[in-house]
Amino acid sequence: MKIKNIIITFVSAIAILFSTSVVSLAKVVGDKIILGAAISLTGKYSSNGVHTQNGYNMAVDRINDMGGIKVGGKTYKFDIIYYDDESNPKRAAQLAERLISQDGVEFMLGPYSSGLTKAIAPVTEKYGVPMVEANGASRSLFTKGYKYLFAVLAPANLYLDVAIETAVELNGGKGVRIAQAFEQDAFSQDVRLGILDAAERTGSKIIIDDKLPKELNDMAATLAKVKAVKPDVLVVSGHTKGALTAIRQIAEMKVDVPMLAMTHCDAAKLSKQHGKNSQYALCASQWHKTLTYKDDFFKDGMTYAADFEKLFGYDPPYQSAESSAALLVFKDAFERANSFDQKKVRDALADTNMQTFYGNIKFAEGGQNVDKPMVLFQVMCDDAGKCENKVVAPLKWASAELIHPIPKWSER
Amino acid sequence: MLTLQAVLDGLLLGVLFALIAYGMALQWGVMNIINIAQGDLVILGGYIAYFMYLYGIHPAWGVIVSPIIMYFVGVIIYKLVINKVVDRDLFISILATFGISILFMQLMNFAFGADVVLANSGYGTTMLFDNSVTLPNSKIFSAFISIVFAIGLVIYMKKSKLGRAIRATAQNARAAKILGVDTEKVYAATFGINAALCGVAGALISITFTIHPYMGLPYTIRSFMIVIVAGLGNLPGVAMSGMGLGVFEEFADYILGTEFRIGSVFLLLVLILVYRRFKLSRKREYLK
Repeated sequence: MKIKNIIITFVSAIAILFSTSVVSLAKVVGDKIILGAAISLTGKYSSNGVHTQNGYNMAVDRINDMGGIKVGGKTYKFDIIYYDDESNPKRAAQLAERLISQDGVEFMLGPYSSGLTKAIAPVTEKYGVPMVEANGASRSLFTKGYKYLFAVLAPANLYLDVAIETAVELNGGKGVRIAQAFEQDAFSQDVRLGILDAAERTGSKIIIDDKLPKELNDMAATLAKVKAVKPDVLVVSGHTKGALTAIRQIAEMKVDVPMLAMTHCDAAKLSKQHGKNSQYALCASQWHKTLTYKDDFFKDGMTYAADFEKLFGYDPPYQSAESSAALLVFKDAFERANSFDQKKVRDALADTNMQTFYGNIKFAEGGQNVDKPMVLFQVMCDDAGKCENKVVAPLKWASAELIHPIPKWSER
Repeated sequence: MLTLQAVLDGLLLGVLFALIAYGMALQWGVMNIINIAQGDLVILGGYIAYFMYLYGIHPAWGVIVSPIIMYFVGVIIYKLVINKVVDRDLFISILATFGISILFMQLMNFAFGADVVLANSGYGTTMLFDNSVTLPNSKIFSAFISIVFAIGLVIYMKKSKLGRAIRATAQNARAAKILGVDTEKVYAATFGINAALCGVAGALISITFTIHPYMGLPYTIRSFMIVIVAGLGNLPGVAMSGMGLGVFEEFADYILGTEFRIGSVFLLLVLILVYRRFKLSRKREYLK
């Protein structure tokens, strides 16, 4: 009996030793560079979490198939350890801790949403783990002085200021009257700050400034005010719920505004769910497949969209495209650093200056991408009721002309 | 005109709230159970109408199909969980229904995805006073259907055998049992009727607003509040307080700003709870 116990103890000790040795090698095992990601696979962000994961997976396969990553004369392939953060910031922070301290991951990919990225960033920063994220746009992420956080997307405050600038331009350079309604969350409030800046810059006036509750399901009061004061621009940002509610109630209440600008039209499948009622809405987007940026891996937006659809059966939202771009950034940084030293990879990331199918990528001091403007698309429908999103601003990327002012409901 | 718009919007919204609250008042009164999963039953009802819409059936038919399915969902929940806690402390029933609420949220998320969805009724808009007051016909339809169901249920409770048994059990469960009422069956039917009312309300919400797996709690809170204001077994009270809450919300939105809309509802709830604290401590009665 005693001998049996000793054997069990011995075998267990070897097993533990073996497992810890695997852990300490986890960042690069054999020819694999292992990245860690906590993603919302369940919970309220699960749809966008899955878009993010699909974007990551597609890029991993593509980079691996096209020769992998060359570091120190050797070729490596990407692999990702995923955990489900249940759309919960606390859980996301715990999982980041687990990925780093238990699984030994030394390079991270971001989660979905600003809120979850905010929860993870202090952990990756504490351990000096470089994180390239693609779905946290809140301005507050880039003002904390994080050194290991890099975002391939434009910050939230830039989402809709193109809309205000366009409205002012169409108004002969004179300021416009803005009505705005924003949900009370980090992202939407950052979009609001961007509008406030743009209003100040262009001499525009904010005449309605509503903050929508998170449990938003009714915007009738805000829209009644809009009807009464007749602003030049109505700006709404309240994630998918806000976009869907706004379009439904604007159509039902026959609210006439010359310009309607919003966020999350893509994620809300606005034109699919509302059809012609969503026509003329201007939507902020990080990316659109018709943009003509190019790279060696995905060629361009149209090719990316076609390949993505073949793999996953749906048109890629920008959340997938930016997630794929994050992997391209990591590959580029590893190769330029020519090392797996976290500090060297971090410095290489900071020096990134490249073009991907998703857009140009160059990081500012705070980690945000400053080389890729937001685009605005407008929902345009044909007589048969088939709707499409067409890029209308900035002019350089426009594939259609902006329809302004929006025709009155009585004339539609 | 802005005031009239607010009053009408509030009333139409309030009638819908009142329907959900009516179900809550009924089962609270009969079984002494505060159902935290009330809002989740509403959302589930909404998904039934939404899926009918996806398959090309007009979502308005959801107000008939959804309550039928939800009745059985309610009875199953009763048999599986509620009948085990109905004779326990009120706190246990809150915990149990809270658990059901979380389970339903996750199951709906798993089954239907986390996208916000809606069903388009294509009902158009009624415009009054030269387009300065607009009333979506879908909201008018919702209010009308809510009133029809509420009146139908009042008649059913008064005239039918089961309705009388439910009322008898609510008054005194022990006496009802002694006089031959199968209280177990009454409890199951009551929970089923509550779920069916939630199903109707859910179908109407999918037509007028949006649905999402995690959107149930605000409906639970609103119906809880309406019941607190109206008191149990006070049907006209539930209708009045539902409409009152709707109008209160709209005016809070206009006067204080949208950000205080939900906050003011909570503030009102606290004030009413403080005011009603003695009534709430009424003795619980139940019998299995």
